[in-house]
Amino acid sequence: MNKHTLSVLVENKPGVLARVSGLFSRRSFNIDSLAVGETENPDVSRITIVVNADSSPLEQVTKQLNKLVNVLKIVELDPQQSVQRELLLVKVRADRAQRSQVLETVELFRAKVIDVAPDTLTIEATGNPDKLDALLRDLEPYGIKEMVQSGLVAIGRGSRSITTGPALRAA
Amino acid sequence: MTRPTPETLAHRANPATVAAAATTAPAVASPVPTSGAGALVRSLEALGVEVAFGIPGGAILPAYDPLYDSKVRHILVRHEQGAGHAATGYAQATGKVGVCIATSGPGATNLVTPIADAYMDSVPIVAITGQVARPAIGTDAFQEADIQGITLPITKHNFLVQTPEELPRILAEAFHLALSGRPGPVLVDVPKDVLQAQTTFTWPPTLDLPGYRPTLHPHGKQIREAARLIAAAKRPVLYVGGGVLKAGATDGLKKLAEMTGIPVITTLMALGAFPDSHPQHLGMPGMHGTVPAVYALQKSDLLITLGARFDDRVTGKLDSFAPDAKVVHADIDPAEIGKNRHADVPIVGDARHVIDELIAAVSASAEGAGKYEPWWATLNELRERYPLGYEEPTDGTLAPQYVIERIGELVGPEAIYVAGVGQHQMWASQFIKYEKPGTWLNSGGAGTMGYAVPAAMGAKVGRPDTPVWAIDGDGCFQMTNQELATCALEGIPVKIAVINNGNLGMVRQWQTLFYEGRYSNTELGTHKHRIPDFVKLAEALGCIGLRCESKDDVDKIIKQAMEINDAPVVIDFTVGKDAMVWPMVAAGTSNDEIMFARDVRPTFEEDDL
Repeated sequence: MNKHTLSVLVENKPGVLARVSGLFSRRSFNIDSLAVGETENPDVSRITIVVNADSSPLEQVTKQLNKLVNVLKIVELDPQQSVQRELLLVKVRADRAQRSQVLETVELFRAKVIDVAPDTLTIEATGNPDKLDALLRDLEPYGIKEMVQSGLVAIGRGSRSITTGPALRAA
Repeated sequence: MTRPTPETLAHRANPATVAAAATTAPAVASPVPTSGAGALVRSLEALGVEVAFGIPGGAILPAYDPLYDSKVRHILVRHEQGAGHAATGYAQATGKVGVCIATSGPGATNLVTPIADAYMDSVPIVAITGQVARPAIGTDAFQEADIQGITLPITKHNFLVQTPEELPRILAEAFHLALSGRPGPVLVDVPKDVLQAQTTFTWPPTLDLPGYRPTLHPHGKQIREAARLIAAAKRPVLYVGGGVLKAGATDGLKKLAEMTGIPVITTLMALGAFPDSHPQHLGMPGMHGTVPAVYALQKSDLLITLGARFDDRVTGKLDSFAPDAKVVHADIDPAEIGKNRHADVPIVGDARHVIDELIAAVSASAEGAGKYEPWWATLNELRERYPLGYEEPTDGTLAPQYVIERIGELVGPEAIYVAGVGQHQMWASQFIKYEKPGTWLNSGGAGTMGYAVPAAMGAKVGRPDTPVWAIDGDGCFQMTNQELATCALEGIPVKIAVINNGNLGMVRQWQTLFYEGRYSNTELGTHKHRIPDFVKLAEALGCIGLRCESKDDVDKIIKQAMEINDAPVVIDFTVGKDAMVWPMVAAGTSNDEIMFARDVRPTFEEDDL
């Protein structure tokens, strides 16, 4: 099974996320990650879904998604041809003895410290899932007290845009 | 017994005149002040709705006030499930959108089964439900249910109306969605305060469905590829599903079949799409299909699939289904193509356009159709050897198949037949001859017991001049017979033939075959105790009740029922309990293991091919 990143453009209306996520569970697909937000057009939202599936079931779920009346367009983003990012916030144990080592790791991954407490640092990092996994692996020995991760968002490389086209003009 | 006379029903609008008026729905350009409820009812009128089936209640109550004066005929049912199936029967019999109305909470949830049923069989219905007032939504208010959430997986689309201004547009969208593309049920949930609020009504509204673009016209390249495969095939089959009926493509189908000489198989949802009497018709495929139809699929080298969806009841064990066949799969719903079976030539389009273009492509190609004489020789031999039939019961009971066969013979191919779900449904599919589209209604995908009585009611309302016969079982009949009161009071003279074997017959058949005859909870007591007594029950519901217990009386009683046209008729055909539906492909097994009768496997002469 392979990971696929789907960018789903939907009408920005109540209940659309429930329609999309409900369809995945109903057709027995597991969503690895999901992120939703508005696009440059406030009437259109963009849902980025990472799903683990073989190509033929993926085609089926894509077709079923396309049948949802509020779905405007679905594009699968090739990891080579797109930029994919997640956001990670992680609270790491960092007393005086450990602090400089933790800060070194933060520096190495071009992450940021966004909150400081006597015994912890809260770190913000963005990157593709591999980079964030590597960061977490490096931070783990110090003790991770809490972490939160966003769903993946992705956008195609180059000047072409998926949010233009006949389907979207009407929205 | 008092029955409504034409005079007492005179306040009801005549459906024919309403339909005529609706086609010329005038535009309402300057805004007319009205309530949300007024806008709702005016929209229904403008959409040409002749009839709605429903039950009022608290949340939907404001809508019933303008409905009281409307030209839309409202038929007060006895249970919301009846409203839903009636809307479905109406839609299937007329090709128009069926409408049902219920209040919030339990009223709405009672519509869930008919909505799921219409979804599985792609029937265009619009369900309008009341909802608690907007400020109360989400507070577990009295009679609150999240019917939009509940029906998400079983509707083509659904709406929760947020403001009275959007009512006309949403209703127009609902009707458009229900009827266009692959048809299906659409639910419109309307909060009570939206119905009560003041607004203005204008017509027509502008639809706003940017994400909805059904593909009607097939791709020319795919059509030519299909024509090429047809020319090359040795053992082709036209595998025809309900989509052909919905697209009104039956004339084209006949032309395509006759010009190519390819055998035709019609699924349970497509009976009537191709005349049963036609020499090229092999019958129905699937679990209780004919031996020649099942065999033809299994041995075929090309399935030309038109508006069918490779349902498990047709394919049997999927990986052994039609193992040598290339597949041309035409459907208006792209998601059906390749869902269960890989399509070598996928064609997205409306069946009518697909068939018309296939006809043109086959005519235009140099090869034309192939030569199928050896194929036909094999199939004809199978037809002779394994015809549909049944054995006379040895215990002196009445054969249910005989009753159904006689109804078909005497009532004829012009009538509409509506079946419940179970053995009687299968026998009605096998032993009544369907010659015309729209003469066979049943619950195919969902298999909803209790479908027949209310669906027959809806069909009769839609086509009042056509005889409508429900073929029901004693189990099914007890689920929804309350609608006979509606039929009696509203002047809807349906005929209900209860094929009463005293048991949940199909379940009993499986217990006989697969559970060593351990008849757990299938005996209904309608024979042993005559509870209920269907004749008395019919009379209590304002119908004529007849009973038939012997073969000699069958014709006489059917004819007697045919002569009654001022009241619904229920006939209790007391039949034997041991009759079984054959042929049969047991669930989960391969079509190759079809049984012609108990312990009788057809022998196929492989050398013939």
